[in-house]
Amino acid sequence: MRFLFKTSYEQDINLAKHGGHRFWYGALLALLVASPWLLSEYGLAQLTFVLIYGIVGLGLMLLAGFTGLFSIGHAAFLGVGAYTEAALVGLGVPFPIALACAMGLSAAVGVVVGLPALRVKGMYLGISTMAFGFIVAEVFARWESVTGGNSGKHVKAPAIGGWQLDSGTEFYFLCLVLAVGSTLAIVNLLRSPTGRAFVAIRDSEISAQSMGIHLARYKTMSFAISAALAGLGGALYAHMIKFLSPDQFDIIQSIDLLLMVVIGGLGSVHGAFLGAIFLIVMPQAINASKDFLPEAIGQAPGLKAAVYGLVLIAFVLFEPLGLYGRWLKIRTFFTIFPFYRKGMFKRQKSFQKSDRLR
Amino acid sequence: MSPDATPLLSAREISVRFGGVLAVNRVSFDVQRGEVFTLIGPNGAGKTTVFNLISRIYQPTSGSIWFDGTELTACPPHEVARLGVARTFQNIELFEHASVLQNLLIGRHTHRRTGFWQDLLFTGAARRAAVQDRERVEHVIDFLDLQHHRDTLIAGLPYGVRKVVELARALCVEPRLLLLDEPSSGLNVEETEDMAYWIHDIRREFGVTVLMVEHDMSLVSKVSDRVLAMNQGEVLAMGRPAEVQSHPGVIEAYLGASQDLSSLRREAA
Repeated sequence: MRFLFKTSYEQDINLAKHGGHRFWYGALLALLVASPWLLSEYGLAQLTFVLIYGIVGLGLMLLAGFTGLFSIGHAAFLGVGAYTEAALVGLGVPFPIALACAMGLSAAVGVVVGLPALRVKGMYLGISTMAFGFIVAEVFARWESVTGGNSGKHVKAPAIGGWQLDSGTEFYFLCLVLAVGSTLAIVNLLRSPTGRAFVAIRDSEISAQSMGIHLARYKTMSFAISAALAGLGGALYAHMIKFLSPDQFDIIQSIDLLLMVVIGGLGSVHGAFLGAIFLIVMPQAINASKDFLPEAIGQAPGLKAAVYGLVLIAFVLFEPLGLYGRWLKIRTFFTIFPFYRKGMFKRQKSFQKSDRLR
Repeated sequence: MSPDATPLLSAREISVRFGGVLAVNRVSFDVQRGEVFTLIGPNGAGKTTVFNLISRIYQPTSGSIWFDGTELTACPPHEVARLGVARTFQNIELFEHASVLQNLLIGRHTHRRTGFWQDLLFTGAARRAAVQDRERVEHVIDFLDLQHHRDTLIAGLPYGVRKVVELARALCVEPRLLLLDEPSSGLNVEETEDMAYWIHDIRREFGVTVLMVEHDMSLVSKVSDRVLAMNQGEVLAMGRPAEVQSHPGVIEAYLGASQDLSSLRREAA
């Protein structure tokens, strides 16, 4: 068991709270840096996908997990980023500039979509973002001069000057750097007044406002950051998958993204990446298990959707804190062994919450 | 008392109508600098509505509210805190899934000195600002004896402590006017006594003017300088606590017709 003896406020501000954090996150980073030499080409590609989805997940986590605004149209931002990147790289724009443009355009679209968030909440916001997702998917299909329509669009490898990042390893490192950078940016925001304002809006808009938080500005900001990260993820996704078609950015993708943050654990940065791992590993696990299942089940067409649905229901029922919550419980069990109690993470019922000012 | 004689908060003829209900009807009052001013009245008298008018949750149908020379009724809601008005809520509106410390730091929002990009990169300035905010927050934590609960999530705290945390969060705003909506509701006798003691101290140590809504008459008479009694959206009486409590209109509003009460009083004597 570890006892922290705090002697300065800086200790609460620092990202690594103690030596253990420094060691384990250092080890994780070292492992990630070394993985091109440890993993097969296929494994590395999967890891790259995890990083890309992790970036998108971070954005959605900020929006849904920390600001309390649910978006069921996040694939649209992913698509905006992907198509912007594909179009610009196709024109020969260096990839860092194309990435920045993809983020910027997604953020701008995010601001526009965020506007209804200033008026509607909860499910109604979900519906309006979903509608937006449909509209954007339709635009991708119809705007053939830019997107190639339903016949799809090929994406060139990212290049700057004469240097092309065409190998899997180079591209993996690009994703790794961007994923680490995005994570640092998000955790920095969360330990500063901006991030606290998001949390305040999530938990009680009325008192956030009376603490002087400009609701409209921060909600829009949250949408913009979230969309920018989705756009960045989308741009990387475009390079990774090398071929874009509108059906990659439909409602199913949006739901997958939402599933990712819910299963990862709403309200935790770790959850974004745990959810991404889940999202990438799960289809493989389902495929692998097909051989062992009876044919009627194994070859059924909706197997993946059914399993996803079951897993989601199971998480909502048994582990609302997601994978990260589960990890926290396991960790707590061992750090305070043998004093762990079953109800330790149970949330008390929030009683007497004011309904008057909704 | 402060040498400045102009009132800190001044409500002029404010009315608010919700559909057919006139919740507040032409109410005027001044809150002087440094005083504890209490609104009392039976349920539905419009006290909380007055609070919500001051913190700009509702828009008055007519009339205006002035805070230290600024017209509050022309300010957007989030500007009210910046001007120096902080409040608590009748039914506690804390940020449930955040720790006490985070709640109090959110109270420091109006004092933020860093912009978005500084926060994103967590520059030296952001770090210094974080330490300074923490120092202010620790001062309030010390003042209200919340050290034990610093890192606890609000969701895990008992009601009485939440009430104190909400008071602490309002103090972190460093307000000039503190609005307390029923600070003693849901508290036991001991906690209510603590609350009275704290309200005294808040005024003495922080020089904050307090405007509160309260039902507990012992707390009211212990801490308030002046009391305004309301009934059905109108002002009944205003003055020192004892004066207001013995005002026939107030007694009538609380207990029914005054004749009934005169008999009661004889019996008591």
